[in-house]
Amino acid sequence: MTSTTPNVAATLPADSTRADDTTKAKRVKRRLTSRGATIASLIIAIIWTIPTFGLFVSSFRPREEIIENGWWTIFQNWGLTLENYQEVLLSPSVSAPQLGSYFVNSIAIAIPATIFPLVIASMAAYALAWIKFKGASTIFIVIFALQIVPLQMALIPLLQIFTGVITPAQNWISEVLPFIPTSNYLQIWIAHTIFALPLAIFLLHNFISEIPGEVIEAARVDGASHSQVFFRIVLPLALPALASFAIFQFLWVWNDLLVALIFSGGTSEAAPLTQRLAELVGSRGQEWQRLTAAAFVSLVIPLIVFFGLQRYFVRGLLAGSTKG
Amino acid sequence: MSSTLRRRLLLPIAAAGIVGFALTGCTGDIAAEGPDDCSDYEEYGTFEGAEVSIQGTIIEVEADRLVESWADFEACTGIEIQYQGTQEFEANIEVLAEGGNAPDLGIFPQPGLFSRIAQAGHFVEAPAAVEENVDEFWNEDWKAYGTVDDTFYGAPLMASIKGYVWYSPATFEENGWEVPEDLDGLMELTAQVAEEGGDDLKPWCFGLGSDAATGWPGTDWVEDMVLRLHGPEVYDQWVAHEIPFNDPQIVEAFDAVGEILKNEDYVNGGIGDVRSALSTPFGEGGLPILDGECAMHHQASFYEGFWPEGTEVAPDGDVWAFITPPADASGEQAVTGGGEIVGAFDDREEVAAVQAYLSSDLWANNRVALGGVISANNGLDASVASSELLTQSIEILQGETTFRFDASDLMPAAVGSSSFFTGIVDWIGGDDTQSVVDAIEDSWPAE
Amino acid sequence: MTSADLIEKIVQVLIGLAVFAAVVGLVMFLVDRAPKKRRDVVQLIAFLAPAVLLLGAGLVWPALRTTGLAFTSRSGAFVGFENFAWIFTQEDALITVRNTIIWVVLVPLLSTIVGLAYAVFIDKSRGEKYFKALVFMPMAISFVGASIIWRFVYEYRQADDPQIGLLNAIVTAFGAEPVRWLQEPPVNTFLLIIVMIWIQTGFAMVVLSASIKGIPTEQIEAAQLDGTNAWQRFRNVTLPGIRGSLVVVVTTISIATLKVFDIVRTMTAGNYDTSVIANEMVTQAFRAGEPGRGSALAVVLFILVLPIVIYNIRILRQQREIR
Repeated sequence: MTSTTPNVAATLPADSTRADDTTKAKRVKRRLTSRGATIASLIIAIIWTIPTFGLFVSSFRPREEIIENGWWTIFQNWGLTLENYQEVLLSPSVSAPQLGSYFVNSIAIAIPATIFPLVIASMAAYALAWIKFKGASTIFIVIFALQIVPLQMALIPLLQIFTGVITPAQNWISEVLPFIPTSNYLQIWIAHTIFALPLAIFLLHNFISEIPGEVIEAARVDGASHSQVFFRIVLPLALPALASFAIFQFLWVWNDLLVALIFSGGTSEAAPLTQRLAELVGSRGQEWQRLTAAAFVSLVIPLIVFFGLQRYFVRGLLAGSTKG
Repeated sequence: MSSTLRRRLLLPIAAAGIVGFALTGCTGDIAAEGPDDCSDYEEYGTFEGAEVSIQGTIIEVEADRLVESWADFEACTGIEIQYQGTQEFEANIEVLAEGGNAPDLGIFPQPGLFSRIAQAGHFVEAPAAVEENVDEFWNEDWKAYGTVDDTFYGAPLMASIKGYVWYSPATFEENGWEVPEDLDGLMELTAQVAEEGGDDLKPWCFGLGSDAATGWPGTDWVEDMVLRLHGPEVYDQWVAHEIPFNDPQIVEAFDAVGEILKNEDYVNGGIGDVRSALSTPFGEGGLPILDGECAMHHQASFYEGFWPEGTEVAPDGDVWAFITPPADASGEQAVTGGGEIVGAFDDREEVAAVQAYLSSDLWANNRVALGGVISANNGLDASVASSELLTQSIEILQGETTFRFDASDLMPAAVGSSSFFTGIVDWIGGDDTQSVVDAIEDSWPAE
Repeated sequence: MTSADLIEKIVQVLIGLAVFAAVVGLVMFLVDRAPKKRRDVVQLIAFLAPAVLLLGAGLVWPALRTTGLAFTSRSGAFVGFENFAWIFTQEDALITVRNTIIWVVLVPLLSTIVGLAYAVFIDKSRGEKYFKALVFMPMAISFVGASIIWRFVYEYRQADDPQIGLLNAIVTAFGAEPVRWLQEPPVNTFLLIIVMIWIQTGFAMVVLSASIKGIPTEQIEAAQLDGTNAWQRFRNVTLPGIRGSLVVVVTTISIATLKVFDIVRTMTAGNYDTSVIANEMVTQAFRAGEPGRGSALAVVLFILVLPIVIYNIRILRQQREIR
């Protein structure tokens, strides 16, 4: 067992690591990917994509065609229209703001609601994994078991706490410091953060506890404090895990309607995209064909985030730190 | 966090931001235009910077019209009304009320839910001006829907009439069929159509699909039959659980509906067999009428909005509707219907003012003139309605016809929005009437 | 929305993020300067307290409250085990429980297997990113969106009409009669489960892929030099290397499966013997106005998750012992 000094591990330039990684990857590649594997992955990819693809084709078809014949007969029953998208993106409404406003709200909700739990959970996960104290396992088990508490059951008590504590506090702040706008999003952010924590801590604990102990202990011996170890060693090494959790948290928040409706304080000023999309279907579901287009409109941002965070799925962050 | 991390986090965020900005390009302010004359609104007073929040299930075009209906009121009184419509309102309002985060006013489409919220003590009593309006413009039945345990909490808003039978006047004329005058006539007509219509034309078509509420169009059928076969007294007893759900009279009503809906010779025109109704969205249930594959479809007045664009709804148009006839042609006609009731969670003066306005004949005329809906407000001028069918519906509501609210909306939610729906699904799926009504009776909450 | 609104919203987000960063930074700064004697305790509290406080208020308290509610009636009176008796004496109660168990066995198992296979197969292949995106996409479409997609696949039309559902189109192409997939128990439950597997595979794939990339390359190279084949490398190097993540993925998907109700609700509304406990819970608590019954169903879910919790405790013990 050898280990690099913590300083080296912490300042490992990510780019050189990856360059190193790609050359290794190339060497390994030929023998790892067999033809059978390629075919199998192609089959999975196709099966997983066909239903979505069908919806995608349908989103360009007029309602009459969608209910008359299958999307795969698009060439026999030709008829493409942008009407569904037009209605979703541009349909005018006096009572509801334009779609752009909902997009802004969704983004304004999702970014902090992803970052907050990510930071709080990784701190907790680090403490549970690497700070030795009695009861660490018990706390971890309780936190992880909290995943089962259904969101729906937590709404009323949480709302009571919010209306009792946060709303008065916010009112007080806006009286004392009138230049700070009262945030419509604050309650939504906190609610999402709370609901995300059990899974986040569970996921991140797994990754963070698997960081080789030598790396952390060496740093501790060198006199680094827990917060130094956390920021300089743990966070960089847990990047793939952080990125994958960030993706999912972003998704859940992005697709959420319930939490936003309950905690938006009764105004439509903070309403997310999902609310508008649900509304477009019509009060009696009569305009469901719009959902086909709506599904793809709301898919754009999550895909951007997914591709944006892909680069953190890097191999070999631990390279050189241990010989296994 | 390293600087590379920060930079790379920024990229997706920035990209997302750009999309957001691009979309805000299509936003803009809608200029508010004040009315020329505010004298109509003087009685409500004026308020400086007051805001009132309202929530309800009304969305989309209907929400736009609702907002428009109080635009003048806002301009004249200075009250700003924040309306938020969501289909989740019914599920969420209890959570919001319980959590202390309810809106100022709620527009409730179900009296059952309304009284549940009232019994939990979340409402404030209706202000005197509202009660005066209701006494003046609505009949006793309607006032009762806003009254819980002898306390009056809220006025009705809009209304709809259920139990219309949609048909194609042209098809009827071609075949020499007549609009029936009583229930026997309806059954005779059904048998006649089944015989003369041939393979391609069945007498009835229907769809029960409606996501989590699948089955509700069937409850409308049963309610119509209970009211017609046994009269309003039995109907009220049934709703109040003074007679059990599996009472023989209710079984009789189910079976009367079953003679049509569970008969393979009579349904499901242009769609399939009896069970095909379960997977057919209710909105599509009547469309085969236009293709001449189905003669009749039972659905509320709002089905007018479901016909494809360009369909003419008129006595001599593509489709028209008659009210499900009474049991006896000479007897009294009775209709079932729906509507909304407005309840208040706050007693600020501006909230009371809005509540009073919404219960006035002024509002009813303003709103109905914008189209698409009707109200049971007697101060409403029927001629302002947007279509012939709606004008006719208003006249029915204002006339002597007995009106009963949709029973499933009045019953406790455990039955009215749950077991009654699933009961209909099981029943159409093949279960016999007795076992279905027994199961629904079992689900009736104790107390 | 006006530009002023937009700017205000951006300011809100920026202030929110800035305040958060400032608080975290300040706490970290102060913790490092705590008196040496107590430093470890202070550090522990600083790291753990935010999560524990938020969870205590937002989940532990509601969980306790729900448990209490499970023993009350609609009017709030204590009724003992009446709500539980109600759950298990309903006509369809056993079917609901049976379905829930089928769900919680099949979904984690199959989505993890497919997700893992896929993650291994495409690892380091060209276009890995895009391959991943394809399987990830279902996850990004909300449950309701997914339900709509699959309702299209399972759609039924009578035999003479053109089928618009893919599954029936395939069936009729082979000359068979079209089937009402969603109305035919027991096949409908499995068809709903497919939807959940379709969604969760993306989750398994992304997490496991991240984990696979955490296996030191040297280990794989060493195995290669030993002349092992791909399967042996997978068995002897990859699997042990991602064991922790596998447990996490299976556990997470199991719990998510126990809680999922949107799919059942949107596709069959729990009719035709397809209901699951979570669906009944939401129906009772939010549609039927019976919070007591809803809470009792939630408690049943708590109990169902206990075996998973116990399994995780054992794994955790093993890990600690190794260390």
